[in-house]
Amino acid sequence: MRDRDGTEDEPLFRPYAVTGGRAEPRYHLAMETLVSSVALKSNDYSLLSPEQESIMMLCRTVRSVAEISALLRVPLGVARVLIADMADEGLVRLHMPQLNQGQPDLNLLERVLSGLRRL
Amino acid sequence: MAGGFGVGKTTFVGAVSEILPLTTEAVMTDASAGIDDLGLTPNKTTTTVAMDFGRLSLDQDLILYLFGTPGQHRFWFMWDDLVRGAIGAVVLVDSRRLADCFPAIDYFEEAQLPFLVAMNGWEGQFLHSEEEVREALSLPPHVPVVRTDARSRDAVKSTLISLVEYVLTVRAAYGRTY
Repeated sequence: MRDRDGTEDEPLFRPYAVTGGRAEPRYHLAMETLVSSVALKSNDYSLLSPEQESIMMLCRTVRSVAEISALLRVPLGVARVLIADMADEGLVRLHMPQLNQGQPDLNLLERVLSGLRRL
Repeated sequence: MAGGFGVGKTTFVGAVSEILPLTTEAVMTDASAGIDDLGLTPNKTTTTVAMDFGRLSLDQDLILYLFGTPGQHRFWFMWDDLVRGAIGAVVLVDSRRLADCFPAIDYFEEAQLPFLVAMNGWEGQFLHSEEEVREALSLPPHVPVVRTDARSRDAVKSTLISLVEYVLTVRAAYGRTY
Protein backbone atom coordinates (compact mmCIF):
# COMPACT_ATOMS: atom_id res chain seq x y z
CA MET A 1 0.00 0.00 0.00
CA ARG A 2 1.48 3.32 -0.97
CA ASP A 3 0.21 6.79 -0.39
CA ARG A 4 0.34 9.40 -3.13
CA ASP A 5 3.67 10.58 -1.77
CA GLY A 6 5.04 7.07 -2.27
CA THR A 7 5.62 6.31 1.39
CA GLU A 8 4.89 2.87 2.72
CA ASP A 9 1.74 2.89 4.76
CA GLU A 10 1.10 0.15 7.29
CA PRO A 11 -2.35 -1.41 6.79
CA LEU A 12 -4.57 -1.75 9.81
CA PHE A 13 -4.17 -5.50 9.69
CA ARG A 14 -2.21 -8.05 7.72
CA PRO A 15 -4.39 -8.69 4.68
CA TYR A 16 -4.03 -12.41 4.04
CA ALA A 17 -3.75 -13.42 7.67
CA VAL A 18 -7.27 -12.24 8.40
CA THR A 19 -8.92 -14.17 5.58
CA GLY A 20 -7.31 -17.44 6.61
CA GLY A 21 -5.37 -17.43 3.34
CA ARG A 22 -8.47 -17.46 1.16
CA ALA A 23 -8.60 -14.93 -1.63
CA GLU A 24 -11.98 -15.77 -3.14
CA PRO A 25 -15.19 -14.99 -1.27
CA ARG A 26 -18.00 -17.52 -1.26
CA TYR A 27 -19.96 -15.26 -3.56
CA HIS A 28 -19.12 -12.26 -5.66
CA LEU A 29 -19.55 -8.78 -4.25
CA ALA A 30 -19.46 -5.84 -6.64
CA MET A 31 -17.26 -2.86 -5.76
CA GLU A 32 -20.35 -0.72 -5.41
CA THR A 33 -22.40 -3.18 -3.34
CA LEU A 34 -23.57 -1.31 -0.25
CA VAL A 35 -22.99 -2.67 3.23
CA SER A 36 -24.65 -1.68 6.50
CA SER A 37 -23.99 -3.16 9.93
CA VAL A 38 -26.66 -4.85 11.98
CA ALA A 39 -27.15 -3.47 15.51
CA LEU A 40 -25.55 -5.82 18.04
CA LYS A 41 -25.89 -6.00 21.80
CA SER A 42 -22.85 -4.33 23.33
CA ASN A 43 -21.41 -7.56 24.75
CA ASP A 44 -21.58 -9.19 21.29
CA TYR A 45 -18.82 -6.85 20.10
CA SER A 46 -16.31 -8.70 22.25
CA LEU A 47 -16.82 -11.75 20.00
CA LEU A 48 -15.73 -9.90 16.88
CA SER A 49 -12.24 -9.92 15.43
CA PRO A 50 -10.60 -6.47 15.27
CA GLU A 51 -11.17 -6.23 11.52
CA GLN A 52 -14.83 -7.25 11.88
CA GLU A 53 -15.23 -4.59 14.54
CA SER A 54 -13.68 -1.95 12.24
CA ILE A 55 -16.11 -2.91 9.48
CA MET A 56 -19.08 -2.84 11.91
CA MET A 57 -18.11 0.68 13.01
CA LEU A 58 -17.61 1.95 9.45
CA CYS A 59 -20.89 0.51 8.22
CA ARG A 60 -23.06 2.23 10.79
CA THR A 61 -23.53 4.54 7.83
CA VAL A 62 -23.98 2.70 4.54
CA ARG A 63 -20.67 2.18 2.70
CA SER A 64 -19.71 0.47 -0.52
CA VAL A 65 -17.29 -2.46 -0.66
CA ALA A 66 -14.80 -0.11 -2.39
CA GLU A 67 -15.04 2.42 0.45
CA ILE A 68 -14.45 -0.23 3.09
CA SER A 69 -11.39 -1.45 1.19
CA ALA A 70 -10.04 2.11 0.85
CA LEU A 71 -10.74 3.23 4.42
CA LEU A 72 -9.30 0.08 6.02
CA ARG A 73 -6.42 0.12 3.52
CA VAL A 74 -6.80 -3.49 2.50
CA PRO A 75 -6.92 -4.80 -1.07
CA LEU A 76 -10.34 -5.11 -2.61
CA GLY A 77 -10.21 -8.91 -2.69
CA VAL A 78 -9.55 -9.07 1.06
CA ALA A 79 -12.40 -6.68 1.81
CA ARG A 80 -14.71 -8.86 -0.31
CA VAL A 81 -13.84 -12.02 1.63
CA LEU A 82 -14.30 -10.34 5.01
CA ILE A 83 -17.61 -8.73 4.08
CA ALA A 84 -19.01 -11.89 2.47
CA ASP A 85 -18.18 -13.86 5.64
CA MET A 86 -19.78 -11.19 7.82
CA ALA A 87 -22.90 -11.25 5.67
CA ASP A 88 -23.07 -15.03 6.12
CA GLU A 89 -22.80 -14.58 9.88
CA GLY A 90 -25.59 -12.00 9.84
CA LEU A 91 -23.35 -9.16 11.04
CA VAL A 92 -23.92 -6.95 8.00
CA ARG A 93 -26.63 -6.48 5.41
CA LEU A 94 -25.85 -6.17 1.70
CA HIS A 95 -27.82 -3.88 -0.58
CA MET A 96 -27.65 -4.57 -4.30
CA PRO A 97 -28.94 -2.08 -6.89
CA GLN A 98 -32.04 -3.02 -8.85
CA LEU A 99 -30.82 -4.04 -12.26
CA ASN A 100 -32.72 -4.88 -15.37
CA GLN A 101 -30.60 -7.18 -17.58
CA GLY A 102 -27.45 -5.76 -16.01
CA GLN A 103 -28.55 -2.13 -16.42
CA PRO A 104 -30.03 0.29 -13.90
CA ASP A 105 -33.78 0.47 -14.43
CA LEU A 106 -35.47 3.59 -15.82
CA ASN A 107 -36.94 4.57 -12.47
CA LEU A 108 -33.46 4.53 -10.93
CA LEU A 109 -32.08 6.65 -13.79
CA GLU A 110 -34.86 9.22 -13.33
CA ARG A 111 -34.11 9.40 -9.61
CA VAL A 112 -30.39 9.90 -10.27
CA LEU A 113 -31.20 12.66 -12.76
CA SER A 114 -33.45 14.57 -10.38
CA GLY A 115 -30.94 14.02 -7.55
CA LEU A 116 -28.15 15.54 -9.65
CA ARG A 117 -30.32 18.50 -10.64
CA ARG A 118 -31.08 19.22 -6.97
CA LEU A 119 -27.40 19.34 -5.99
CA MET B 1 -14.53 8.25 -15.53
CA ALA B 2 -11.94 7.42 -18.12
CA GLY B 3 -9.27 9.30 -19.99
CA GLY B 4 -5.56 9.55 -20.48
CA PHE B 5 -3.00 10.00 -17.74
CA GLY B 6 -3.04 13.47 -16.20
CA VAL B 7 -6.19 14.63 -17.98
CA GLY B 8 -7.92 15.47 -14.69
CA LYS B 9 -10.01 12.40 -13.79
CA THR B 10 -9.36 12.60 -10.07
CA THR B 11 -9.92 16.37 -10.11
CA PHE B 12 -13.23 15.79 -11.91
CA VAL B 13 -14.37 13.22 -9.32
CA GLY B 14 -13.15 15.42 -6.45
CA ALA B 15 -15.12 18.43 -7.72
CA VAL B 16 -18.47 16.81 -6.90
CA SER B 17 -17.62 14.05 -4.43
CA GLU B 18 -18.83 14.56 -0.85
CA ILE B 19 -15.75 12.70 0.37
CA LEU B 20 -12.14 13.23 -0.64
CA PRO B 21 -11.59 10.78 -3.49
CA LEU B 22 -10.55 7.41 -2.07
CA THR B 23 -8.34 4.75 -3.60
CA THR B 24 -9.07 1.06 -3.55
CA GLU B 25 -6.39 -1.37 -4.60
CA ALA B 26 -6.56 -4.80 -6.10
CA VAL B 27 -3.67 -7.21 -6.11
CA MET B 28 -3.15 -8.89 -9.47
CA THR B 29 -0.98 -11.81 -10.39
CA ASP B 30 0.24 -12.85 -13.80
CA ALA B 31 -1.32 -16.28 -13.40
CA SER B 32 -4.94 -17.26 -13.12
CA ALA B 33 -4.34 -19.62 -10.21
CA GLY B 34 -5.41 -16.99 -7.71
CA ILE B 35 -3.35 -15.37 -5.03
CA ASP B 36 -3.56 -18.03 -2.33
CA ASP B 37 -0.29 -19.71 -3.05
CA LEU B 38 1.99 -16.82 -3.89
CA GLY B 39 4.61 -17.97 -1.43
CA LEU B 40 4.91 -21.30 -3.22
CA THR B 41 5.57 -19.89 -6.66
CA PRO B 42 8.26 -17.25 -6.38
CA ASN B 43 8.29 -16.60 -10.16
CA LYS B 44 4.83 -15.15 -10.11
CA THR B 45 4.74 -11.38 -10.25
CA THR B 46 2.11 -9.27 -8.56
CA THR B 47 0.93 -5.81 -9.43
CA THR B 48 -1.19 -3.48 -7.39
CA VAL B 49 -3.82 -1.72 -9.44
CA ALA B 50 -5.28 1.40 -7.90
CA MET B 51 -8.68 2.85 -8.65
CA ASP B 52 -9.88 6.24 -7.42
CA PHE B 53 -13.50 6.91 -6.66
CA GLY B 54 -15.83 9.45 -5.11
CA ARG B 55 -19.32 9.39 -3.69
CA LEU B 56 -22.43 11.54 -4.03
CA SER B 57 -25.52 11.02 -1.86
CA LEU B 58 -28.46 11.94 -4.05
CA ASP B 59 -31.24 10.95 -1.69
CA GLN B 60 -31.62 9.18 1.64
CA ASP B 61 -31.37 5.81 -0.05
CA LEU B 62 -29.57 6.73 -3.26
CA ILE B 63 -25.78 6.98 -3.53
CA LEU B 64 -23.94 7.61 -6.78
CA TYR B 65 -20.34 6.38 -6.99
CA LEU B 66 -17.91 7.81 -9.51
CA PHE B 67 -15.09 5.42 -10.36
CA GLY B 68 -11.96 6.37 -12.28
CA THR B 69 -10.35 3.84 -14.60
CA PRO B 70 -6.88 2.61 -13.68
CA GLY B 71 -4.29 4.57 -15.67
CA GLN B 72 -2.93 1.66 -17.68
CA HIS B 73 -5.60 0.15 -19.87
CA ARG B 74 -4.21 -3.36 -19.57
CA PHE B 75 -5.75 -3.29 -16.08
CA TRP B 76 -9.20 -2.41 -17.29
CA PHE B 77 -10.51 -5.89 -16.66
CA MET B 78 -11.16 -4.42 -13.21
CA TRP B 79 -13.87 -2.48 -15.00
CA ASP B 80 -15.62 -5.52 -16.38
CA ASP B 81 -17.50 -5.82 -13.08
CA LEU B 82 -18.21 -2.12 -12.84
CA VAL B 83 -19.74 -1.91 -16.29
CA ARG B 84 -22.50 -4.19 -15.05
CA GLY B 85 -24.88 -1.89 -13.20
CA ALA B 86 -23.12 1.28 -14.33
CA ILE B 87 -25.19 4.15 -15.68
CA GLY B 88 -22.61 5.19 -18.21
CA ALA B 89 -19.14 6.60 -18.66
CA VAL B 90 -17.54 10.00 -19.09
CA VAL B 91 -14.44 10.01 -21.28
CA LEU B 92 -12.49 13.09 -20.27
CA VAL B 93 -10.24 14.40 -23.04
CA ASP B 94 -7.50 16.95 -23.47
CA SER B 95 -7.97 17.95 -27.11
CA ARG B 96 -4.20 18.29 -27.55
CA ARG B 97 -3.77 14.62 -26.69
CA LEU B 98 -6.82 12.96 -28.18
CA ALA B 99 -5.08 9.66 -28.91
CA ASP B 100 -4.86 9.06 -25.13
CA CYS B 101 -8.58 8.35 -24.99
CA PHE B 102 -8.80 5.84 -27.89
CA PRO B 103 -8.50 2.82 -25.57
CA ALA B 104 -11.34 4.15 -23.37
CA ILE B 105 -13.67 4.68 -26.33
CA ASP B 106 -12.87 1.24 -27.74
CA TYR B 107 -13.49 -0.32 -24.34
CA PHE B 108 -16.90 1.29 -23.78
CA GLU B 109 -18.04 0.60 -27.35
CA GLU B 110 -17.07 -3.05 -26.90
CA ALA B 111 -18.79 -3.21 -23.49
CA GLN B 112 -21.88 -1.48 -24.94
CA LEU B 113 -21.87 1.04 -22.13
CA PRO B 114 -23.23 4.46 -23.15
CA PHE B 115 -20.59 7.18 -22.85
CA LEU B 116 -20.08 10.83 -23.63
CA VAL B 117 -16.89 12.70 -24.40
CA ALA B 118 -16.13 15.70 -22.17
CA MET B 119 -13.47 18.16 -23.33
CA ASN B 120 -11.60 19.49 -20.32
CA GLY B 121 -10.91 23.19 -20.76
CA TRP B 122 -7.99 24.99 -19.19
CA GLU B 123 -8.83 28.42 -17.79
CA GLY B 124 -12.05 28.31 -19.78
CA GLN B 125 -10.10 27.92 -23.02
CA PHE B 126 -10.93 25.19 -25.51
CA LEU B 127 -8.39 24.76 -28.27
CA HIS B 128 -10.70 22.72 -30.47
CA SER B 129 -14.39 22.69 -31.25
CA GLU B 130 -16.77 19.86 -30.44
CA GLU B 131 -16.97 19.03 -34.15
CA GLU B 132 -13.20 18.82 -34.52
CA VAL B 133 -13.02 16.43 -31.57
CA ARG B 134 -15.93 14.33 -32.86
CA GLU B 135 -14.28 14.00 -36.23
CA ALA B 136 -10.84 13.21 -34.84
CA LEU B 137 -12.31 10.46 -32.65
CA SER B 138 -14.65 9.17 -35.41
CA LEU B 139 -17.54 9.29 -32.97
CA PRO B 140 -20.99 8.26 -34.13
CA PRO B 141 -23.38 11.25 -34.34
CA HIS B 142 -25.43 10.17 -31.31
CA VAL B 143 -22.47 10.28 -28.86
CA PRO B 144 -22.51 13.68 -27.11
CA VAL B 145 -19.39 15.85 -27.00
CA VAL B 146 -19.56 18.46 -24.23
CA ARG B 147 -17.30 21.10 -22.70
CA THR B 148 -16.42 20.80 -19.04
CA ASP B 149 -13.99 22.04 -16.40
CA ALA B 150 -12.79 19.31 -14.06
CA ARG B 151 -12.15 21.85 -11.29
CA SER B 152 -15.65 23.29 -11.31
CA ARG B 153 -18.40 21.63 -9.33
CA ASP B 154 -21.09 23.17 -11.55
CA ALA B 155 -19.39 22.12 -14.77
CA VAL B 156 -18.89 18.56 -13.52
CA LYS B 157 -22.45 18.35 -12.25
CA SER B 158 -23.72 19.52 -15.61
CA THR B 159 -21.56 16.90 -17.40
CA LEU B 160 -23.06 14.16 -15.21
CA ILE B 161 -26.57 15.44 -15.93
CA SER B 162 -25.80 15.37 -19.68
CA LEU B 163 -24.64 11.77 -19.33
CA VAL B 164 -27.78 10.57 -17.53
CA GLU B 165 -30.01 12.46 -19.99
CA TYR B 166 -28.15 10.82 -22.86
CA VAL B 167 -28.51 7.37 -21.31
CA LEU B 168 -32.27 7.94 -20.95
CA THR B 169 -32.45 8.99 -24.62
CA VAL B 170 -30.52 5.91 -25.69
CA ARG B 171 -32.84 3.68 -23.69
CA ALA B 172 -35.91 5.33 -25.20
CA ALA B 173 -34.55 4.99 -28.72
CA TYR B 174 -33.06 1.51 -28.60
CA GLY B 175 -35.10 -0.18 -25.93
CA ARG B 176 -33.23 -1.83 -23.14
CA THR B 177 -29.97 -2.38 -24.95
CA TYR B 178 -27.53 0.20 -26.18
